[in-house]
Amino acid sequence: MSNAAAKKARPRNLSLTALLFDIRLPLPGWVSILHRISGVLLFFGTVWLLFLLDRSLSSPQGFESTARYVQLPLVKLSLLVMLWAFCHHLCAGVRFLALDLHLGIDKAAARRSSWIVLAASLGLTAVFGARLW
Amino acid sequence: MTRTVVGAHYGLRDWLAQRITAVVVAIYGVLLGGAWLAQTRPLTYEAWRQLFLQGWVRIATFVFAVSLVWHAWVGMRDILMDYIQPVAARLALQVFVLLLCAVYLGWTIQILWR
Repeated sequence: MSNAAAKKARPRNLSLTALLFDIRLPLPGWVSILHRISGVLLFFGTVWLLFLLDRSLSSPQGFESTARYVQLPLVKLSLLVMLWAFCHHLCAGVRFLALDLHLGIDKAAARRSSWIVLAASLGLTAVFGARLW
Repeated sequence: MTRTVVGAHYGLRDWLAQRITAVVVAIYGVLLGGAWLAQTRPLTYEAWRQLFLQGWVRIATFVFAVSLVWHAWVGMRDILMDYIQPVAARLALQVFVLLLCAVYLGWTIQILWR
């Protein structure tokens, strides 16, 4: 009887509030979900990056207007987000490849490499961000 | 291991392709990022155009683009399989992603060999 009640209480779907407030992801979980989010961002952001590449290579006028366009604060900020997405996706990707090779799969090592990925991607974003500004 | 046969392979080809293309994209990305950081003079249109007129840059960029859309397709497909349960919606989104991949590739070829 109590078994049935326990079964009934189990949620069938994840609610948004559960996702946002109840479930606390472990650190490697954050690296993983950010890997997905950054991947989706890069996939859809590519349409914009291709547009920039296209215009910058089209003519001297196109190059000049693109150069002016990327100076706009909002555009720079968007480029910075794309840079972070690439850096995070790259760092987390290298980590996943290492995990595929069974490197660093115990809990302590996985947590340590998660910190390294988060820190390294932010560090790289800062370096490229400084170059952008 | 007990398996229910549902297809010819168990996603191994996609899994492997995702990793191989990832390495190609990573190498191109690291080289591009390194070149950007190493660059001292401000970029001019002439230098920018000359760079993409070189045969090896075009081929490398093309290989990068192919790897990128292949990688993106496997990744997006995985995400859609995980989060979008209604079959019709999932299929529609997967078709959209594939079409966008084709657009990206066609556009890249157009930019490179103009």
